[in-house]
Amino acid sequence: MTRILRLTLNGRARADAVADNLLLIDYLRDAARLTSVKQGCDGGECGACLVLVDGSPRPACITLAAQCEGAKVETLEGLSGPGGALSPLQRAFHERLGAQCGFCTPGMVVSATALLRKTKRPDEGAIRAALEGNLCRCTGYVKIIDAVQTAAAEMAADQTAEAAG
Amino acid sequence: MTEALADFTLHRPESLESLAILRRAVPEARLIAGGTDLLPNLRRGLVDAPALIDLTALPDFAEIEPLAQGALRLGAGLRLADLARAPELAGPRQAVAEAARGVAGPAHRNAATLGGNLCQDTRCLYYNQSDWWRAANGYCLKYRGDTCHVAPQGKRCRAAFASDLAAPLIALGAEVALAGPVGERRLPLADLYRDDGADHLALAPGEVLIAVHLPPFAGLSAYEKARQRRAIDFPIAGVGAALARVTGGWRLSLAVTGTDSRPVAIAGIDDALDLPLSDDMLARIDKAVQKQVTPMRSTMISSHYRRLAASALARRLAQRLAEQARDAR
Repeated sequence: MTRILRLTLNGRARADAVADNLLLIDYLRDAARLTSVKQGCDGGECGACLVLVDGSPRPACITLAAQCEGAKVETLEGLSGPGGALSPLQRAFHERLGAQCGFCTPGMVVSATALLRKTKRPDEGAIRAALEGNLCRCTGYVKIIDAVQTAAAEMAADQTAEAAG
Repeated sequence: MTEALADFTLHRPESLESLAILRRAVPEARLIAGGTDLLPNLRRGLVDAPALIDLTALPDFAEIEPLAQGALRLGAGLRLADLARAPELAGPRQAVAEAARGVAGPAHRNAATLGGNLCQDTRCLYYNQSDWWRAANGYCLKYRGDTCHVAPQGKRCRAAFASDLAAPLIALGAEVALAGPVGERRLPLADLYRDDGADHLALAPGEVLIAVHLPPFAGLSAYEKARQRRAIDFPIAGVGAALARVTGGWRLSLAVTGTDSRPVAIAGIDDALDLPLSDDMLARIDKAVQKQVTPMRSTMISSHYRRLAASALARRLAQRLAEQARDAR
């Protein structure tokens, strides 16, 4: 069966005809052309396809597109700064060498974004817990954790400056 | 466009009445909520599903409702992430929150539900594989084949049941509310399960688990599990424990998950215990668990190791709760 799926994707309202058996990952990659959503294990094990659904990370490869009716869905493309500039998290992943091959990076940034929206200055344990569903075969995770800590510090400093200014 | 899943129709009933009508009209439909168990299985061709019924729009499906005298009703649609941080599950019933916190990673806990966790499929080395892998092996007793590769002489499937939530809920005496064609009935959670990996749920045709009821409880509880890798692996063994005051002493309830085709409520330790627990008593607990669980070669981990893991966790939890009870006095 096919239905009209209405959702907000990276801040923009969309309506698409989708089949009931369409997975969210295929909707995002093929219909919406958002290829930051990576197809890794295809079974909900690796975290490369994580997206935010109503603010919470969800594995897009084991989520039905039709179950996102009315939801706010965000992918990495929607998490960058104005005009496609890097967000503090993306910049920190780049500068602190948190990305090597880069395949896991979109999922990592999605998980870290959800964490930093709730917790301004997470400790290492909280970062490890938030990223425990994201696998990386390159970095050994140390630099990823460093990147999240760097971004958190920068974002907190920006907020303090804004409040003072 | 890629088509990863075979064609199906998705229904989303908004009342128990329309759910019942749908169940009658499409008896072969499978139930879905978070999808973290069903969708990977569908992707691997482990399930035939011409139709899915999405339960997430049912009324009060994701609510926690305090009942009289401190009892609690947990809607089956509660997400594990909600259970993990529910204030109602801090304190005496914290084992339930501990178990929810330990399931998979954060993204799975945002999707997966209480009912789905309790009704999840059993798992086996010879079952949770791609279709070509299983075809090369002549399939198996659980699905499409006629031999159990774990116990080829046996007549039943030995796949293991891995729900974390089941263990603490059974230790806390939970009952499940089942909505079916002839109305609602209640069943002790332990009786929801059968010792058959290919048919492990004792649900009547058309029945749906809609809520979990927890009786009043004023003691202490905890959940611990052993697994190879956090966030990735299902438990080698998991133990839920509850310790409560009774006339003449303390009563310890233990339930083990991850070892058998059903969660195992440990029998034979329910006399009034004295605190602190003696070494003899701890040895008796250890022995009772080792004797009552029957892990088989359904995982990469040897069955003997899983048995020892279960008994060690049980012993450790019993000791920890006994110490907490002593400190609280």
